Amino acid sequence: MTSVDFEEVSAEDVSRHFGRRRAVSRMTFRATRGMILGLLGPNGAGKSTLLAMLATLLRPSSGTIRYGTFGLSGGAALRARIGVLGHDLFLYPELTARENLAFFAGLYGIADGDGRARAALERAGLETRGDDPVASFSRGMRQRVALERALIHDPRLALLDEPFTGLDDASSGALLRRLRTLRESGAIVILATHDLDLAEGLLDHALFLREGRIVESVVTPGGLRSTYRSVIGR
Amino acid sequence: MIRAVWLIVRKDVTVEVRSRELAYTTVFFAISCVLVFAFSLVQEGRAAPGVGPGVLWMAIMFAGNLALGRTFERERQSETLRALMLVPAPRPAVYLGKLAGIVVLLTLTEIVLVPLVALLFQAELLSHPFWLAAVVLAGTFGFASVGTLFAAMLVRARSRDVLLPVLLYPITVPVLIAGVRATVAIAQPDFDADIVRFWFALLVAFDVVFLTLALWTFEPVMTD
Repeated sequence: MTSVDFEEVSAEDVSRHFGRRRAVSRMTFRATRGMILGLLGPNGAGKSTLLAMLATLLRPSSGTIRYGTFGLSGGAALRARIGVLGHDLFLYPELTARENLAFFAGLYGIADGDGRARAALERAGLETRGDDPVASFSRGMRQRVALERALIHDPRLALLDEPFTGLDDASSGALLRRLRTLRESGAIVILATHDLDLAEGLLDHALFLREGRIVESVVTPGGLRSTYRSVIGR
Repeated sequence: MIRAVWLIVRKDVTVEVRSRELAYTTVFFAISCVLVFAFSLVQEGRAAPGVGPGVLWMAIMFAGNLALGRTFERERQSETLRALMLVPAPRPAVYLGKLAGIVVLLTLTEIVLVPLVALLFQAELLSHPFWLAAVVLAGTFGFASVGTLFAAMLVRARSRDVLLPVLLYPITVPVLIAGVRATVAIAQPDFDADIVRFWFALLVAFDVVFLTLALWTFEPVMTD
């Protein structure tokens, strides 16, 4: 498999329709290495659809997504550089946390899957629960395992859909630290969130979305809540 | 690719060993089918010639449909099929892994079904065990190769439980015909290897054609 790496991700006039419904409409933006880009907006604004297109799960109806010099045709080599935390957690409840992590590490071609799973469990603070089935975990614990699953292959592009869901204060703090570490390591992080308080001070760039369109783009944003109220309402 | 297939099969087997959901439902459903047909068609300990093989294949196909639906329902619940689509392994590896899991499950079901049908319908199914194993395995593989593709395609369709048999059964009619005819020939007192060989060759041809088509189309149909 050819190795793929890229310095930036860009979307140019990207739209996605489902039948007559336009989920994403003519979005253009760019995210570079070492950046955390936030997608902010109400339900149905097009955040998850946009993330699915960036993850190569959905094809845009029109427009272009590029990963450095590579397009969506980068295939398996491109997917090897992308990590996705979905709204659904992509975990098998019957398997233990360790088995889930080792399974996905294996699929990403990591030779020492067990070692990588052990390190991931430590980062998630779940070393002692690693051999318990995921079905027995709380939502917050599952979320932490799911995040480590998404990042187990050190992706260049991390796409996170509502990563703070179900996390208590301590876990949210740990996640914020993890995201900042990712930024420092040169990853491109794109996250969709409703939690403006947690996103405050974290984002390098915020896109405010409404009804499938970018209605505001703010670099090094501050006062997210007031900006959100003024461009989205309520 | 082979490693990814192996990992997916091993994962499916581990999940099934823990939950036993698919094995129990598939085997009990298949046994129930055979028993219902036996109560209806066996009179004074004997059934009409050829009934046993027909019941065997009906039970395999009904149970197979159930297993196909459930195995992909499991991948849908936590959207893990999407996670499998995201890994850098070739996407046909996901198809092959799921196909192998279904074939293993149906083979286990058939290990229970064949002696049960032979006993209840007084059919001489086990008189040529090599041929019977080859025919049943080839038929199962053909049915599962089409079914795995359709079940994966329909995983996000709201009416998937209705659509799967509607799409699957007409296309796998050749498997049913060849499987029944070959099994009837195997159970005959005057065994004719040429007839069995003919139907077996038809099953293998079906397997090759549909496996090739499924591998070719899996990636495009799974990319929205």
